[in-house]
Amino acid sequence: MTNELDIFVGNTTLIDEDVYRLWLDGYSVSDAVGLRVRSGILEQTGATAGVLQSDTMDHYRTFHMLERLLHTPPKLLHQLVFQIPPSRQALLIERYYAFDEAFVREVLGKKLSKGTKKDLDNISAKTGVTLKSCRRQFDNFKRVFKVVEEMRGSLAGNIQQHFLLSDRLARDYAAVVFFANNRFETGKKKLQYLTFGDLAFCAELMIQNWTPGAVADSQLDDMDVDLDKEFLQDLKELKVLVADKDLLDLHKSLVCTALRGKLSVFAEMEANFKNLSRGLVNIASKLTHTKDVRDLFVDLVEKFIEPCRSDRWPLNDVRLFLNQYSASVHSLDGFRHQTLWDRYMVTLRSCLLRMYHD
Amino acid sequence: MPGKLKVKIVAGRHLPVMDRASDLTDAFVEVKFGNTTFKTDVYHKSLNPQWNSEWFKFEVDDEDLQDEPLQITVLDHDTYSANDAIGKVYIDIDPLLYSEAATVISGWFPIYDTIHGIRGEINVVVKVDLFNDLNRFRQSSCGVKFFCTTSIPKCYRAVIIHGFVEELVVNEDPEYQWIDRIRTPRASNEARQRLISLMSGELQRKIGLKVLEMRGNAVVGYLQCFDLEGESGLVVRAIGTACTLDKLSSTAAFLPACNSPSKEMKESPLVHPPSHGCRSTHNSPIHTATGSRLTQNFSVSVPTLIYTGMGSGSAGKEGGPFKALLRQQTQSALEQREFPFFTLTAFPPGFLVHVGGVVSARSVKLLDRIHNPDEPETRDAWWAEIRQEIKSHAKALGCHAVVGYSESTSICEEVCILSASGTAAVLNPRFLQDGTVEGCLEQRLEENLPAGCGFCHIPYDELNMPFPAHLTYCYSCRKQKVPDVLFTTIDLPADATVIGKGCLIQARLCRLKKKAQAEANATAISNLLPFMEYEVHTQLMNKLKLKGMNALFGLRIQITVGENMLMGLASATGVYLTALPTPGGIQIAGKTPNDGSYEQHISHMQKKINDTIAKNKELYEINPPEIPEEIIGSPIPEPRQRSRLLRSQSESSDEVIELDLSHGKKDAFVLEIDDTDAMEDVHSLLTDVPPPSGFYSCNTEIMPGINNWTSEIQMFTSVRVSRLSNINLTNQTLNKNFNDLCENLLKSLYFKLRSMIPCCLCHVNFTVSLPEDELIQVTVTAVAITFDKHQAVQTTKTQVEKSSQRASIDNEELLQFPLELCTDTLASHPFSSAKATSIDYSSFADRCNSWIELIKLKAQTIRRGSIKTTMPVEKASPLTEGHFRQRSAPACANSTVGVVKMTPLSFIPGAKITKYLGIINMFFIRETTSLREEGGVSGFLHAFIAEVFAMVRAHVAALGGNAVVSYIMKQCVFMENPNKNQAQCLINVSGDAVIFVRESELEIISTQQPIASCQPACSGGEIAT
Repeated sequence: MTNELDIFVGNTTLIDEDVYRLWLDGYSVSDAVGLRVRSGILEQTGATAGVLQSDTMDHYRTFHMLERLLHTPPKLLHQLVFQIPPSRQALLIERYYAFDEAFVREVLGKKLSKGTKKDLDNISAKTGVTLKSCRRQFDNFKRVFKVVEEMRGSLAGNIQQHFLLSDRLARDYAAVVFFANNRFETGKKKLQYLTFGDLAFCAELMIQNWTPGAVADSQLDDMDVDLDKEFLQDLKELKVLVADKDLLDLHKSLVCTALRGKLSVFAEMEANFKNLSRGLVNIASKLTHTKDVRDLFVDLVEKFIEPCRSDRWPLNDVRLFLNQYSASVHSLDGFRHQTLWDRYMVTLRSCLLRMYHD
Repeated sequence: MPGKLKVKIVAGRHLPVMDRASDLTDAFVEVKFGNTTFKTDVYHKSLNPQWNSEWFKFEVDDEDLQDEPLQITVLDHDTYSANDAIGKVYIDIDPLLYSEAATVISGWFPIYDTIHGIRGEINVVVKVDLFNDLNRFRQSSCGVKFFCTTSIPKCYRAVIIHGFVEELVVNEDPEYQWIDRIRTPRASNEARQRLISLMSGELQRKIGLKVLEMRGNAVVGYLQCFDLEGESGLVVRAIGTACTLDKLSSTAAFLPACNSPSKEMKESPLVHPPSHGCRSTHNSPIHTATGSRLTQNFSVSVPTLIYTGMGSGSAGKEGGPFKALLRQQTQSALEQREFPFFTLTAFPPGFLVHVGGVVSARSVKLLDRIHNPDEPETRDAWWAEIRQEIKSHAKALGCHAVVGYSESTSICEEVCILSASGTAAVLNPRFLQDGTVEGCLEQRLEENLPAGCGFCHIPYDELNMPFPAHLTYCYSCRKQKVPDVLFTTIDLPADATVIGKGCLIQARLCRLKKKAQAEANATAISNLLPFMEYEVHTQLMNKLKLKGMNALFGLRIQITVGENMLMGLASATGVYLTALPTPGGIQIAGKTPNDGSYEQHISHMQKKINDTIAKNKELYEINPPEIPEEIIGSPIPEPRQRSRLLRSQSESSDEVIELDLSHGKKDAFVLEIDDTDAMEDVHSLLTDVPPPSGFYSCNTEIMPGINNWTSEIQMFTSVRVSRLSNINLTNQTLNKNFNDLCENLLKSLYFKLRSMIPCCLCHVNFTVSLPEDELIQVTVTAVAITFDKHQAVQTTKTQVEKSSQRASIDNEELLQFPLELCTDTLASHPFSSAKATSIDYSSFADRCNSWIELIKLKAQTIRRGSIKTTMPVEKASPLTEGHFRQRSAPACANSTVGVVKMTPLSFIPGAKITKYLGIINMFFIRETTSLREEGGVSGFLHAFIAEVFAMVRAHVAALGGNAVVSYIMKQCVFMENPNKNQAQCLINVSGDAVIFVRESELEIISTQQPIASCQPACSGGEIAT
């Protein structure tokens, strides 16, 4: 005797958090049943495998029906078919939009296109995240991207409003969107040590300071997704800091005077100052080219983090140096782009400090 | 022109994309009532159109208002081709036709399409202006209230309970009309939906007319069903109990209305003198002609309780003469009615005097032999026959009335089994007479009738018993005779005293039959039926004994006919009634006593059975007091009272063992094992697994022995369809399969709802159907309610609390209150006596005593007509405080969609129903031609049932309600054709839309301001002000 049809419908939709997780993780019904059996649920409840199978099927069916609504979370709140308490609705949405660290590191900065989607099986094999789950996460990225791409106002705010995510998750999505839009390279081997947290931190700072939305008076183009073109253009002006030899020497002597005796790696710093400064300023001046924007993180690692790391600078010394390095520019009489310098350096300094680890 | 219907279409949202090119929709709406249609403007290119239409006004007869549904169709405008329908909304405007229900229907309705399901929502406002029409010969019955609830609805008071009303209408089924071959499935489905909606309206109107004729104003326990007879037609039939109800208003509660005893009497429900008895309009002579020649009628009454009646053994006792008088009165009043039937399952206190036992009748009919299928006469005659039979069965049991009455059908091809069942009962005569004269008699009767056991006393003559049964003196009052077992179809009376908890008991049975045609088929079925009834009955009895219990409530036996088999499923709730004797055990006897190993096997089985009984007694906390044999028969009131206290406190295992020994002494129920079949039966007895710990289940309103419900409820429907493997089908394998199907279904439910433990599945309602040769479909609807475990330990204490709480809840219900208080104070006497006898509980008893003082005080104040003391009592109750704490946590206020609770029960735990908004009676068809794409049969039906729930909730919300009580899924007909990738399902649901207010909120409201959230008419808020 086989059950052809087997359903359970509650007036309040039953949501089993454990099964939801298994579903989100992309397990098939039979795999999920296997995993549940291994969790010892049969012993706890005295149920049979058949009961578990039926229960799992039922939940999967419910989730499948809910998935369409989860694509536009406000619909989940207004729909009438599933009566779900608000706290549960929030949980459903939050979990659906949550993503795996391993997965996001693979996709971050890539174009959210069909091509990337085709690569998902490779990513799945590499990360151990099931293909189904990869697809869901990728589609989530793409969906959020499409909705907020052209929107004005705060990026994280827009995401929160349209997808009803928690503050934390909305900010993570803002980073994902920002990276995808600017196509920052994050996949290179030398960048592998950076966590999603590091990159999201940088993205948030850049969104705050380097996009048109960052400048209070630029009401017309209040966009958080793109970098401020004007600002990038202006950054060329910084070149004088390394091109003008006197200015460079003066800058160096100011920094060295201030830091003498305070750094454990003073000698190395003194020896490397011009290289480091050149690196940082050149990165700024090249940002008008899309190619160089994409390589921003590669450049930061190559031009600054790796040299420091090879000389075994402690993090605190890097901090002291960067602070002094940015501050000393204000004492350079011949330099007139103080505001521009600050807008660039404040963000860059925080990013570098966050990225400076093993 | 007695009425004006006004409709406004406000807006739509989440509409489907109808124009692929623009990914948008150009929607407009057609509003149709009767033959009049209005249209809104087209709202171009939007999935969230804002029509904001004018008020569309329909001027119509109130007859049409009752019959016709308002039909709203949403369409997509297309310049070049025909407009595409998006979907429809049918709105039943009946709730707007009586003043006490809803005043406006306003809200978001799901737009439903029979092929695509729900496609967006539409916001509609509907109002009705009624003009008074005093035409005596009018055809409408506006103003008659309908309730699905099978008890007097809360916040109403029964002035008169008139009795049975029934009606039946027939029409051609659109699915079988010639035009169906050329029209689309959608058109056919919609024609059917519309027709059933129309027929329901007509039926309700006609029943309403009968009620008016009887001078009633309401129908309680209204049950409407439809029979899909196929070629011969579509029948919609309904039964109910006509009543005159009075709304309990807060002003009435303050009037010293019940000052004089005679006045009090008037508050009680009266079975109305029969001057205008219920008469069926289709009271045509029974057709003996052509068609229904084959009427293989037979019926089996299942009388399980025998009655002393008057004049026999109990003649010398005080109650005797009064009883005789009582009987005469009842008799005369009820006998003049055609059918003294009541669809109620719970009654006002004092209404039910004695219960005789279950009466049932079945009859097999051939549908293709109906002489004139389009007319209702033949079916009316069929039902009249069956009712007549029920009536005579009741008479055989010494009863004049049938309560908990219901009717059902099972149809397979051209064969139809009609079934009716109920509980034979004697009703209180004081409800039959006008109060004043009878005053003193009534008083004395009141004294004589012991609380909580009277209904168990046999109504028939001891010397003239209709069937053999063991009679003993009542274990409560020792004055009257009671049977050893009692089966009923009603809920456990509120004043009945039970020991321990109850449990769901099911008997399941399959019988193969040969495929046959017409008469041969009907004969085969008729021949099988008595055996099935007998076996179902035996199974029930065995299982009841196995549980160590002695009474069944809410018994419902369903016989389903299929092509090649018959299925029987009986569900009931077993309890241990203190008034009835302790059930004897089950003794197994072998027929071949010579064989040694066989003997051993038998004794092994016997041991297993005894163990199971002992285990069950422990599980359900059944530990009745030991009563020395010699005392039995002499009236001693003391032991009972002591026992009531003891049972909750002492659960020592010693006592259980002692009780086990007592089985042996009693007359045991002997099971003879004479062949393998019987062996199977014994085995199957033992295969029923008790629910996991923390779970209880019952099919009555509430679980006897549990009364500390929390507000957490979950109503659900579960459907399973099983395919039987074709090979070697025998009765045994069939039985096993069916048994497994039901058991596994229950196990799944327990597993799914495990987060609600400790919890009870209430009103578990199983329905079996045989949609195809090898398919069995089982549908279950029930509600899971969490209860508070800690309070459950102190049963006696909670009982007092409950009674005090109930008293305060019902404080405006003048009718029930004085009576209830009587029983409550009676029930609480044990505590005072306990103080004297057992010192251990003195502190506890002290506390209880203070409670009792309060109750007594209240009782006195109530009798004087003031209710002021009630609120403080409730506030002091720890139970209420507990509720308060819990409720503050889940604040669902920020949800955009209001929560609508659904429950098959007539109440909502922890809440008070302040207003009934009208009956919900909805019928839906869903069909698909892309079954696989919709997730197979399970995906299809899952989505459909979820949609049905959604539409019910939306209608309730639009009426301004927040819950549906007495919800029932009356039909769920599922058909599939996987080869064609098609499936179709018909669902019929009903219930009462209500507004409820949480008890805690009620307090807040009442202390702050009289009426805040509840409707102006509701009385809840004003109590404490």
